[in-house]
Amino acid sequence: MLGRRSVVRTVRQPANVIAPLLFPMLLLAVNSGGLKAETNLPGFPTNSFVAFALAVPFIQGALFATMNTGTDLARDIQTGFLNRLALTPMRGTALLCGNLGGVVVLSLVQAAVYLGVGMITGVRIASGPAGVVTLFAFAALVGLGFGALGAFAALRTGSGEAVQSLFPAFFVFLFISSMNIPRNLIEATWFRDAATANPVSYLLEAVRSLIITGWDGEALALGFGIATVVAVVALAASSWALRVRMAR
Amino acid sequence: MRTLQVAQGVAWRTLHNVLTNPSLLIPSVVFPLFFFTAFAGGLSNIRNVPGFDFPSGYTAFQFVFVLLQSAAFGGVFTGFGIARDFESGFARRLLLAAPNRAGIVYGYALAAIGRWLITATVLTTVALAVGMNVGGSGVDLVGLFTLALLLNLAAVLWAAGVAMRFRTMQAGPVMQFPVFVVLFFAPVYVPLALLQGWIHGVATYNPLTRIVEAGRGLLSGDPTEVGLAYATGVALVLLFSLWALRGLRSAERAG
Repeated sequence: MLGRRSVVRTVRQPANVIAPLLFPMLLLAVNSGGLKAETNLPGFPTNSFVAFALAVPFIQGALFATMNTGTDLARDIQTGFLNRLALTPMRGTALLCGNLGGVVVLSLVQAAVYLGVGMITGVRIASGPAGVVTLFAFAALVGLGFGALGAFAALRTGSGEAVQSLFPAFFVFLFISSMNIPRNLIEATWFRDAATANPVSYLLEAVRSLIITGWDGEALALGFGIATVVAVVALAASSWALRVRMAR
Repeated sequence: MRTLQVAQGVAWRTLHNVLTNPSLLIPSVVFPLFFFTAFAGGLSNIRNVPGFDFPSGYTAFQFVFVLLQSAAFGGVFTGFGIARDFESGFARRLLLAAPNRAGIVYGYALAAIGRWLITATVLTTVALAVGMNVGGSGVDLVGLFTLALLLNLAAVLWAAGVAMRFRTMQAGPVMQFPVFVVLFFAPVYVPLALLQGWIHGVATYNPLTRIVEAGRGLLSGDPTEVGLAYATGVALVLLFSLWALRGLRSAERAG
């Protein structure tokens, strides 16, 4: 019931659907046009910058998922809906899973749109149809993890504005990563070190490996490993925050 | 005289609000620094792309873009303040009290300049501290900062026009999004000559391209198309002055 409510609520707010689809595509268009010359650098892994940059919308879309889930849950807290739910015998886990249902569905829709746009512009997925399925699974896992982070922020602060204020911090993680250039081609040592320490780089590289390289076990293990850790920790943290918030 | 007094009053209040509220001041200073770090630090290898021949290096190349970006967004952020003044009802009291209402627009514009000067000072200090090469003379640098100032004015006048028509913070994306698009459809990462495909066509006809390319020329001491860039900047200021003043009339009619 709550899962259905989460999906319906996401679909009924055009800003929650359009922004995660439009903004990453705009950034992809700008960067793939402006940075195409980068493919002439010796050692650049592909001659298509769109293929290289297509990983970015997957992670950027997940950031939007964080904000959407967090803001929706914060609204439930602010309007007293969560307090009314606390009066029912419903388990906290069910509430959390229900709320994350919308974000997982949206993540899958986003992945379909991003891949569709990529293929229309000439990108071929090097890992083939199984790679596409893996990409969808990865998008759902990342969406779940980031959505849980948003839920945690909402449950701890109870404020939509506080959740929104996290967006710039997440954006810093995105930009100080291998988002625009492979790590081995970053010249500034401090930036390369920062990008290497930044887990977002490995999320991007997992997606990128499926699109450009094919099946790269190390990149996939790191990407799925980090995404799983983020999801498990964020779900545990948000479950704890929910117990505190719904103390009966 | 009354116009000037109104402008001074509005500018002082707006600047006071910004300077005493960290949530308004810090983002407008930190975001340009962040973009400067991400672009100049992360993408410095682009200087090795065949055909990239900017003499002062990639840090200087990106500094000009980020300086112009900070000027444009400084104007937009001031527009957010105008919308907030309308939402809170302050702007309506201001309309009643001001003997010459055009002074309100000029006051916001003055505040945007003051606000951007703070950001520009911090950004330039950081850029010089990390070793940015400056090839241009003092006159060239004055030319660069004046170009940025024109862009700051154009942006605040655009945002003021939007804020005075919509009179709500919900108009924020309407102020911000077109500025973002115009900025990023200019040659951000490489010179115009190295852009390929559709973005080369868009950037060629984007008025901001002239300003960005002239700014880079001024910083490296090799001014190019400066007259055209200034003409573009002045034209934008004049155009958006009309837009802002007509927005003011719209706000007056709304009461």
